[in-house]
Amino acid sequence: MTTSEKQRTHGMNMDALDRDSGSSELKLSQETPCIVTRDMNLFYGETQALKNISMEIPKNRVTAFIGPSGCGKSTLLRSFNRMNDLIDGVRITGEVNIDDQNIYDRRVDVADLRRRVGMVFQKPNPFPKSIYENVAYGLRIQGINNRRILDEAVEWALKSAAIWEETKDRLHESALGMSGGQQQRLVIARTIAVKPEILLLDEPASALDPISTLKIEELIHDLKDRFSIVIVTHNMQQAARVSDYTAFMYLGEMVEYDNTDTLFTNPAKKQTEDYITGRYG
Amino acid sequence: MRLSFKDWTKSGSPWIWLNAGAVAISVILVLGLIGIIAIRGLAHFWPADLQQSMATDMQGQKRMMLGEVVQKEQVTAEQLRGAGHQVDVEDDFLERQLFKVGNRDLYGFDFRWVLTRNLENVEYPEHAVAVERREWGNFYGYLLEIKEHGETIGTQPLGENLLWEEAKERIDRAVDIYWQIHALEKQDIGAINYELEQLRLEERRLELEGQDTPENLAQIEEERQHWDQEYQALLQQLSKLNEDFSRDSFVMRTTDGQQIEIGLDNIVRAFQPNSMNVLEKLGHYAAKVWEFVSEDPREANTEGGIFPAIFGTVLMVLIMSVIVTPFGVMAAVYLREYAKQGFLTRTIRIAVNNLAGVPSIVYGVFGLGFFVYFVGGTLDEVFYPEALPAPTFGTPGLMWASLTLALLTLPVVIVATEEGLSRIPRSVREGSLALGATKAETLWRVVLPMASPAMMTGVILAVARAAGEVAPLMLVGVVKLAPNLPLDGNAPFLHLDRQFMHLGFHIYDVGFQSPNVEAARPLVYATALMLVAVIAALNLTAIAIRNRLREKYRALDM
Repeated sequence: MTTSEKQRTHGMNMDALDRDSGSSELKLSQETPCIVTRDMNLFYGETQALKNISMEIPKNRVTAFIGPSGCGKSTLLRSFNRMNDLIDGVRITGEVNIDDQNIYDRRVDVADLRRRVGMVFQKPNPFPKSIYENVAYGLRIQGINNRRILDEAVEWALKSAAIWEETKDRLHESALGMSGGQQQRLVIARTIAVKPEILLLDEPASALDPISTLKIEELIHDLKDRFSIVIVTHNMQQAARVSDYTAFMYLGEMVEYDNTDTLFTNPAKKQTEDYITGRYG
Repeated sequence: MRLSFKDWTKSGSPWIWLNAGAVAISVILVLGLIGIIAIRGLAHFWPADLQQSMATDMQGQKRMMLGEVVQKEQVTAEQLRGAGHQVDVEDDFLERQLFKVGNRDLYGFDFRWVLTRNLENVEYPEHAVAVERREWGNFYGYLLEIKEHGETIGTQPLGENLLWEEAKERIDRAVDIYWQIHALEKQDIGAINYELEQLRLEERRLELEGQDTPENLAQIEEERQHWDQEYQALLQQLSKLNEDFSRDSFVMRTTDGQQIEIGLDNIVRAFQPNSMNVLEKLGHYAAKVWEFVSEDPREANTEGGIFPAIFGTVLMVLIMSVIVTPFGVMAAVYLREYAKQGFLTRTIRIAVNNLAGVPSIVYGVFGLGFFVYFVGGTLDEVFYPEALPAPTFGTPGLMWASLTLALLTLPVVIVATEEGLSRIPRSVREGSLALGATKAETLWRVVLPMASPAMMTGVILAVARAAGEVAPLMLVGVVKLAPNLPLDGNAPFLHLDRQFMHLGFHIYDVGFQSPNVEAARPLVYATALMLVAVIAALNLTAIAIRNRLREKYRALDM
């Protein structure tokens, strides 16, 4: 199914589509998992934000989390690189395994984990430094200060993030002078410069205009060969366009998790169908 | 179209008028303040004309008088009658003038009040000379004779000006020698004295440590001989200079006929204000202002310059900033970034804020008791036992003054830095952490640079407060006259143990502790102006730095 076909399917009469099409070549069971959660619960103080999440996120695929506001999709995403640790009063039970290692184990080096699991946030957050220094930041943190290595890494990252052409002549100008869309792609470049295994995108396009959004989506498409990508989005068309697998969450629970085509065209649960057809949410 | 009062109130105009009025009053007050001290202070350096007249005093005696008009004012007849003047019934107000008549050595006073109506034959004699002396204040009169080695080499009758060029040359020569002597005494001889003092301390140290073996003592004695020899050589040079210095003298005549001989070694400058044109007066003015900002004070601080006070103020503020900034920033970082936010942190924060409200003299008392006597006394016992009983650090000095003011301004820096840290967007921190940076790395590389403008704001406020503080300084290091600057050519160059002069204290000293209040009053204004200028300069520097940092780390518009 092409992107345009996917776009058309959304909002159309689901019954008209072939429910048993088998057109979905993708099967979760056949994927190599890169993140595996088991019975994961997350509490903000007394409130439980995630309930019994058990899922496997496939390697080198794009996985999207959708669901209404406050359903816990961002919280789940942030628990993959322990960004929730920064919030007071968060308590987690269960396991989140990456490479067969529970990342909530005492022995895990959080900084190293976050280097392996990069994250891009909703609003572009470049540092008040030059474009070059923004991209080189993660490498400098690792103690790499060799000019040649940095130059190469910065160029590679900017090219990979499809922003090299726009920035190559102004590498040493402040990153704050760029447009919002450019800033967001710069942040993606900064994140992939440290060559993470997994890329977490937390509504990366929600603060951007449609053209910038399109560019980000193309970028995600280009990057999925090299990284395992998990994206949280409010925008169901976006999930349908960019992802291979989609998880629908509601009130902290994983309602349904399947390949994107199946989830959008032939959801197994009533709740999912109601949400994607806009009946509630 | 008539606007009713109600409509006018409703339109909000009264508020705008009220607010604008408040701003206008503030601006006028500030400008007025600066204007008054600027005019009064700066006018002091202008060479005033010398007015000569026949003045009748209260007893009806007539006397010639020569001097500068300093001030004119109206007084009530009542007041004058009370003071013993004969005043007619029909006069309600009379004008009186304050003259600076100088010649304190002859008259016993420099200033004199005279009723304007008692002045006759007012004139401005062209060749009247004003002489600024190193002692006894100004002399006003006429030049009669020039002497060399006590022998007359030229005379002129009253009213002639034949000797003036010769006199000026000789004054220039004497002033030149003065500076040579000054340099010799301050630098060369000063350095030798310093070395000799160090040797004395060295000897005492050896004695205390039981190392006073004959060899060691002989070595010290040898060095002492060496310095003594140099000292003797310099002394000879000095006495020759001194001889040259006192070669010439002038015979001068006051306007009421007394004659006096003034040695040229006692003359700073001489000029004839009544025959000077505007350009010459401007030149004189510039020279006086330069003297004021660049030279040491003379005559119990009522003449000469205030350079040591400017220097002391700036140096103390700089040292204070160097101490307070890292301390304040570290404390703020801990409070905001690391400490668990709870009751204890809140209490500490309130306590810190309240510290800013403690009267500054309390800090002075604390500084004296804790820093000077306890810390300084301990330092002396541990590191400088050879100098005891004379204290080294156990006495008020630059270091303790800077530390006390650092303590005084610490809350300001902490509060400003905390404010800055709390304004750094969470997203930027998360961005850094998500790239694998630890909390410390994030702080160093992103958060602190972005908060640096706020820290500078704290430093600006601290500098403004510290530079104007006087009360605590009187207890912990400021003196009315410091023999040496705290920074000089003798190792270790920066002498933190020395006492120093400060503009704020100088104002107090000159204005209220001076033996010659009338003469000192313009200096109070001039010094106050200087203090304001120094604080403004320090603040502008800090603001310039802050603006550069702001430009560099412009906050993200989020």
